[in-house]
Amino acid sequence: MFRYIVRRLLQMVLTFFGATFVVFALTFANQDDPLQALAGERPITESQRLALTERYHLDEPFLTQYWYYMKGLLTGDLGTSLTGQKIGDMLVNAWPVTMRLALIAIVLAVVISVTAGVYSAIRRGGAFDNITLFLTLVLLAMPIVVLAPMAQLLFGIQLGWFPPTATRDASLYALFLPALVLATLAIATELRVTRTSVVENLRADYVRTARAKGLTGRRVIWVHVLRNSLIPVVTLIGVDLGGLMSGAIVTEKIFNIPGVGFNIARAISTEDGPLVVGFVSILVIIFLVVNLVVDLLYAALDPRIRYE
Amino acid sequence: MSDPTSITAVEAPGAGVPAPTGPVKTDKPRSLAGDAWNDLRKRPVFWISIVLVAVILLMAAWPTLFTSIDPRACTLANQHKGPSGSAYFGYDFQGCDVYAKTIYGAQNSIIVGALSTLLSGVIGLVFGLAAGYYGGWLDAVLSRGIDIMLGIPFLLGAIVLSSRLAADPNSDGVLAVTMTLGLLTWTSAARVMRSAVISSKNQDYVAAGRMLGATPARLMLRHILPNSIASFIVILTILLGTNIASEATLSFLGVGLKGDAISWGISISEASRYARVAPGPLVYPSLFLAATVLAFIMLGDAIRDAFDPKLR
Amino acid sequence: MTVTKAHIDVLPGADPRAPLLEVNDLHVEFRTQYGVAKAVNGANFRLAAGETLAILGESGCGKSVTAQAIMGILDSPPGFITKGQIKYRGVDLLGVAEEQRRKVRANQIAMIFQDALSALNPVYTVGFQLAELFRIHRGMSRKDAKKRAIELLDQVKIPAAKTRVDDYPHQFSGGMRQRVMIAMALALDPEVLIADEPTTALDVTVQAQIMGLLADLQKQRNMGLILITHDMGVVADVADRISVMYAGKVVEEAGVYDIYSRPAHPYTRALLESIPRLDMKGQQLNVIQGLPPALTSIPQGCAFNPRCRFAKDPCRQDPAPPAYAVAPQRTARCHFFREVLGE
Repeated sequence: MFRYIVRRLLQMVLTFFGATFVVFALTFANQDDPLQALAGERPITESQRLALTERYHLDEPFLTQYWYYMKGLLTGDLGTSLTGQKIGDMLVNAWPVTMRLALIAIVLAVVISVTAGVYSAIRRGGAFDNITLFLTLVLLAMPIVVLAPMAQLLFGIQLGWFPPTATRDASLYALFLPALVLATLAIATELRVTRTSVVENLRADYVRTARAKGLTGRRVIWVHVLRNSLIPVVTLIGVDLGGLMSGAIVTEKIFNIPGVGFNIARAISTEDGPLVVGFVSILVIIFLVVNLVVDLLYAALDPRIRYE
Repeated sequence: MSDPTSITAVEAPGAGVPAPTGPVKTDKPRSLAGDAWNDLRKRPVFWISIVLVAVILLMAAWPTLFTSIDPRACTLANQHKGPSGSAYFGYDFQGCDVYAKTIYGAQNSIIVGALSTLLSGVIGLVFGLAAGYYGGWLDAVLSRGIDIMLGIPFLLGAIVLSSRLAADPNSDGVLAVTMTLGLLTWTSAARVMRSAVISSKNQDYVAAGRMLGATPARLMLRHILPNSIASFIVILTILLGTNIASEATLSFLGVGLKGDAISWGISISEASRYARVAPGPLVYPSLFLAATVLAFIMLGDAIRDAFDPKLR
Repeated sequence: MTVTKAHIDVLPGADPRAPLLEVNDLHVEFRTQYGVAKAVNGANFRLAAGETLAILGESGCGKSVTAQAIMGILDSPPGFITKGQIKYRGVDLLGVAEEQRRKVRANQIAMIFQDALSALNPVYTVGFQLAELFRIHRGMSRKDAKKRAIELLDQVKIPAAKTRVDDYPHQFSGGMRQRVMIAMALALDPEVLIADEPTTALDVTVQAQIMGLLADLQKQRNMGLILITHDMGVVADVADRISVMYAGKVVEEAGVYDIYSRPAHPYTRALLESIPRLDMKGQQLNVIQGLPPALTSIPQGCAFNPRCRFAKDPCRQDPAPPAYAVAPQRTARCHFFREVLGE
């Protein structure tokens, strides 16, 4: 276990610096006028130019710039947006609603995909299995830019089952529809992996032993098979979080939810470079940390790794 | 020793077994590709996706076959008018013909999708082959590189990169989006190639070829590639679908196609603001986009199932 | 350990005086997409309390399928029992409702498997997997169940049972794992234990220990033991009687001494001749020509005829040879058993 953690931590450190460096380099490297790139098409005043130069240490060598950028990220100093607001404050404001949205989405995704995945695996080749397999294919193919507006149109506007927009302090009910949209991004893959994994485990010898022990069919599946099958599903949750973040940008924009994604979408359209880079960097870090946590969880679920 | 498995083993006709009179078909010599094709032919999903893909390609190549209306000839007077005999899908916010705009939207989707997939295919092929074949430090560096790429959620990276590449306000963004998608999506293709190379490198016939003095290039081209090409094609087919979806997403957010470029993503973005008054301009491009992505993903999925029947 | 147990009333109608286990004319087939594989084609045998019956045969002869059919854990589909009876204390288990049948498993009939590493669930501690039996079948509390689990591990002679109960299967050695399997099978004091190749995956020295342990436990508890194996060496030491299976049929059934000294079926004979013996050092080993038949196309008449040196015309025609009574308590499915015996 200890060696596993150390190895994962080392890997993470490398990926962490690599990923942040890529984001940083993409923003600033080889730019004739990096400031103009940050500001997009709109003219920047001389005072803004000075402030940005100082903020990003543009008069210093590239690696030094990266060093300051990292220092800022790690100390929570994200600088100010082109509109003059502190990016850190904006993040603190936007964070809670996005967090709630993501949590609801993950819970929905896991509950739906694990139950449906187990049932299709048990009755594989049956009607339920074939229908879910086809539906997951359709979901897999459904771009978020189609899913989010169509869900809003159908369930929010036409049928009126859910409010079509949500505020910062939205209730669970108001967040349900956008969360479901986000969840569908993960459901397709999680369901398929659960199904495959359960199918494989049903063939395992230990299942025969469990049945020979006179356990009920239900206990064999939900206690013995599921625990083994969930191991690959758990790793997916980490990967899916990346999709969830991407999806949140579109979904929050469509449903007008003033969260992190909404801010990024707005920063893109107002061409507020520092805001985009600041928020994106933070999301990348969160993504990496969550994936590390998921890997450790993986070890907890699989004793063969835990005692490595 | 458990019997369900030994039965399948017993069934394979082996030397010394009395000739089985059972329903064992051995009339034709079989190859993996032949088997897969036989399997594929029988799948309705395969034919549905083939037809869809053909229609979409036709739409992209000759939009005038489907409509004689200029999608850029818009009159504000027609704003949000409903469908009619001349405008099947009605008019959008700017009074443009939604049907014509949707038909013409296929072009950019296919161009960006195909070129970016080609780019990631080439990068993936080269990196995957090199990492798998040479191994050692090259493999280590490339593998860590892939880890780092995967450490950045795709759309976040794409937003940053695309807004960098498309900084020129006069471009329509096609090149920028193509480059963005190509540069960010090669990892899965590279991984597939790498593991295919590693597994076939150790096979006897490849080892024999190497001992006989075949050059690495020849080995890869003649022996390793043909054996891994199926999974590679599957990956790229599915990638083509997801790249088209990503183009729409970037365009939707304003870091993809822009200016007066016609894109389903832009159409959806504009129309979603007026969905309450005029759902049509939102629904039609959405349907076309979803159908296009679905067609490619279904196609890839069908091919994979045909080549890898054990997954079902 | 007493033979009459309180929990026998799990199965209504069971008569403690009836034979412990009787398998009559059992037929099992697997319906696959490639055709129907007839895995068991009329297996017959009896097992008394305290007796050890060995079922001997090559892989694919239907011995494991027979065991799974007795346990009621055949994968169905594709496996189907098409004919026959499996009587436990006079009750035909094939006619018993699944919920009743489930309770028979582990309570009356238990089984241990060949590869204990894959047969144990890798993500639960052995303590959990043992205690589970007491919690499900006896409704015990977690604490009591765990106490019983430790006792069981002690009984199968696992050192430091108290700490090892919290270990996972992969932390045990092969022999220790098989001991855990045995503990699990014996947890609820079954009357019948089926051991499917219990020692095949183990080292020779460990094999002997495990077989010794099984024999001891069987004696203590007066259990009926069905030992499924392809290893004639293992059989000779522990079995009372032997059923030799070939292509899904019991081709010969006899006491262990009779079989070894005077086999009545050519297949048994061929099996015995293929055992390497020290006194035959330097000579060529006899092997059985050919392979067992494909279960989708079993030859007409006697299934062994294509490989048999005694085979004559009647052997190649249906009906297959019946079970001839060679001697009291002894049968062989061979038209020419007298020649085989006489040679």
